Amino acid sequence: MSDTAERVKKIVVEHLGVEAEKVTEDASFIDDLGADSLDIVELVMAFEEEFGVEIPDDAAEKIGTVKDAITYIDSNKA
Amino acid sequence: MFDLTGMTALVTGASGGIGSAIATALAGQGARLAVSGSNVAKLDAFLAGLPGEGHVAVACDLSDAAAVDALVPRAVEALGGRLDILVNNAGVTRDNLAMRMKDEEWSTVLSVNLEAAFRLIRAAAKQMMKQRFGRVVSITSIVGTTGNPGQANYAASKAGLVGMSKALAQELASRNITVNCVAPGFISSAMTDALPEAQKAALTGRIPAGKLGAGDDIAAAVVYLASREAAYVTGQTLHVNGGMAMI
Repeated sequence: MSDTAERVKKIVVEHLGVEAEKVTEDASFIDDLGADSLDIVELVMAFEEEFGVEIPDDAAEKIGTVKDAITYIDSNKA
Repeated sequence: MFDLTGMTALVTGASGGIGSAIATALAGQGARLAVSGSNVAKLDAFLAGLPGEGHVAVACDLSDAAAVDALVPRAVEALGGRLDILVNNAGVTRDNLAMRMKDEEWSTVLSVNLEAAFRLIRAAAKQMMKQRFGRVVSITSIVGTTGNPGQANYAASKAGLVGMSKALAQELASRNITVNCVAPGFISSAMTDALPEAQKAALTGRIPAGKLGAGDDIAAAVVYLASREAAYVTGQTLHVNGGMAMI
């Protein structure tokens, strides 16, 4: 597992209070991990802070799964 | 009840009449404060007289958007990484009949009274979301509900605070963050003290309580809404006006 994936999963576990096993790369934040719109905003803010990337609203809207987040961060982080 | 020990608060416009009463009351209940205002010398002098310890002054010009955006992070840092209470108290007036009102009179009042409050709540919400706790209290005004000739700008800004607070209350309720307003009626101040007796009598004649309110009356309402005990009250406007208007 890449370093980004590990850090993303750690943030997801902390913020959503879900078990680590549930946070697979295919897991959808809303459908599988029980996130609401405010959780998504919090996660995006936490990713921005952790990785020093800016995730604009139109990009954030396309992040539906854990994998989407990892891919976006890997291709946009400094 | 209403003990604020261990809590931190940012109060804008804290050196003014109502603001100083609010800051004094919050500090008196045990909160540690960051007080902001535009006059640093006045703030520092005010800080020295506050009950309790660990209060800080953070100067800020609320008409400067970048400075406003930086205010909450500065306050959080100065308070040791926590912000439990935000009191949007600062406000300005540029009274004029609408037909004579300049664009600048409109925009100054809207930007200081409403836009700065939004910017501060937006920044505070980030911190409060992390904490899973927060209390936002904005000082609006009876004229936001009733209107007042010569105050189209001020009334709009104060009514705006009420609507905005209701929206934010809904956005943030699940994180134990409440967003409320306190709406003062006529409050005694240096300005009202200077009014001629006849005008004062006309004013008080409209108030069932028979007198103007005091800053402490407003402060008590703020303390309540800022307290842990007010956890189930959100999106509300508490009118403190001696019965002058019952909404």
